[in-house]
Amino acid sequence: MTDLLLLVVTGLGLGALYFLAASGLSLIYGLMGVLNFAHGAFMMAGSYAGWWTMTSLLPSSMAVAARLAVAVAVAIVVGALVGFLVEVVLIRPLYRHHIQQVLVTVGLSLASVAAAQGIWGADPKPLPKPEWMSQTTELFGARVPNDRFVFILVAVALFLGLLALLHLTQLGLVIRAGVENRTMVEALGINVRRTFTIVFSIGGAAAGLAGLLYSQYSGTVSPAQGGSLLIYAFIVVVIGGMGSLPGTAVAAVAVGLVQQLANYYAASGVGDLSVVLLLALVLLLRPSAMKGALA
Amino acid sequence: MSSTDTRDPVLRVEDLHVRYGGSHILQGVSFDVAATGVTALLGRNGVGKTTTLKAILGLAPRTGRIVANGTEIQKHPTTRIVRDGIGYVPEDREVFGGLTVEENLRLVDRDRGIDAPVVQRLFPDLVPRRSQRAGTLSGGQQQMVALARVLLRPTTLLLVDEPTKGLAPKLVTEVADVLAEVARSTPVLLVEQNLPLVRRIADDVVVLDAGRVVHRGSAADLIADADRTRELLGVSMRKEGAA
Repeated sequence: MTDLLLLVVTGLGLGALYFLAASGLSLIYGLMGVLNFAHGAFMMAGSYAGWWTMTSLLPSSMAVAARLAVAVAVAIVVGALVGFLVEVVLIRPLYRHHIQQVLVTVGLSLASVAAAQGIWGADPKPLPKPEWMSQTTELFGARVPNDRFVFILVAVALFLGLLALLHLTQLGLVIRAGVENRTMVEALGINVRRTFTIVFSIGGAAAGLAGLLYSQYSGTVSPAQGGSLLIYAFIVVVIGGMGSLPGTAVAAVAVGLVQQLANYYAASGVGDLSVVLLLALVLLLRPSAMKGALA
Repeated sequence: MSSTDTRDPVLRVEDLHVRYGGSHILQGVSFDVAATGVTALLGRNGVGKTTTLKAILGLAPRTGRIVANGTEIQKHPTTRIVRDGIGYVPEDREVFGGLTVEENLRLVDRDRGIDAPVVQRLFPDLVPRRSQRAGTLSGGQQQMVALARVLLRPTTLLLVDEPTKGLAPKLVTEVADVLAEVARSTPVLLVEQNLPLVRRIADDVVVLDAGRVVHRGSAADLIADADRTRELLGVSMRKEGAA
């Protein structure tokens, strides 16, 4: 029972990271129909920005937790900035050209990994972690790593924040309408292009945050990290219904739990296979999963 | 009623062409829309009526000259054309089904929405349905949302595409009443198949065939001429229901 509880909480922690990675992807696809393969580059930018902030920008005499807090802010800003630039420079000229969008974002993803390898090397760099996050807390007999609670709290906060944005603001109203019918929003005199840029920036910010927290989870930053997290993010977005934020949240939790439980109860490595099987099952039973509603 | 030629146009369309892929949908369409009343754009299915409205609004790739309120707009993006005063009510309403009635309206007027005087006056039936998802409304109610939505913005010309399509006769009358009321203050370019409705509310008609204008003139004169109506539109008043 203790093992199960531990697996569930750690699975939720992993699911929280997947949600952080997938939420921006889901928002961007939902509104703009853009399959953003460069999302991994946004995550990598966030993780490296956070690593640089913690190890070079801020003095090592500063508490690690304080440095991490600043690094989180930097990762969010850098992610948003990268998202903004990618949308304005690369995506905007290619709206309604989906194949070209895919090619450009795949190209950017590959180029960014190569660039990171060229600048910082291919080897993973250790990332300082606050002592408290490395410790465990006893929960009904199970010793749960504290960082999982942080991931879950941040993911819940992001989920609620995005729901509030979508349902309580004019921007959210435009986004929800745009997900249903972009052309009609434009025909009402509303500048959808500007909304696209904002959504891409929000998606980039969430990705930057996801990248840094995933680095906290793994303890290192590396050029390939964003790409490996992106695979799970895509699986989560497809299972959750492309563009559906609550669907993305549920799918992220499901994927995290399935992965953890399968790895423990079957064999190490079966978790990844189980996630792919879950994706196949969802697509077989619900082919409409490729479509979705935002909220 | 008077013909287009005797009043200043609010919209002038000259030599409008639209091509989709290899298809030449509009082949040099030219006409004026008078600054008052309703101008009906008529024609058989597939002759380019909806495409004409979309081209005016910039939703279809077009060449030619379009002058609205004295300004050439053929190079303007859709959002600017709409913000400059051309409202568009599309075929099949296209309300945002997942949003509430109130949200559909607040999308255009974030401050007043359903509380705007024009909504309260012309669409009182929407008020008690403000929290209902627009996708669950009847066709007639959705049409009211679509009309209310464009009227929330200051409008100098309204483009309305088949507003009575698929509606029950009673609702057709209600929509016609609203359009007639709107047309007292705002000129309307109306695409419509319902000839009794056209006869009731339209002043002028422009008839398209195969992407070209084949007739312009008074609505009353055309509809009074059953043979000409049948020749141009393939139908006559005797086959149509009441508006």
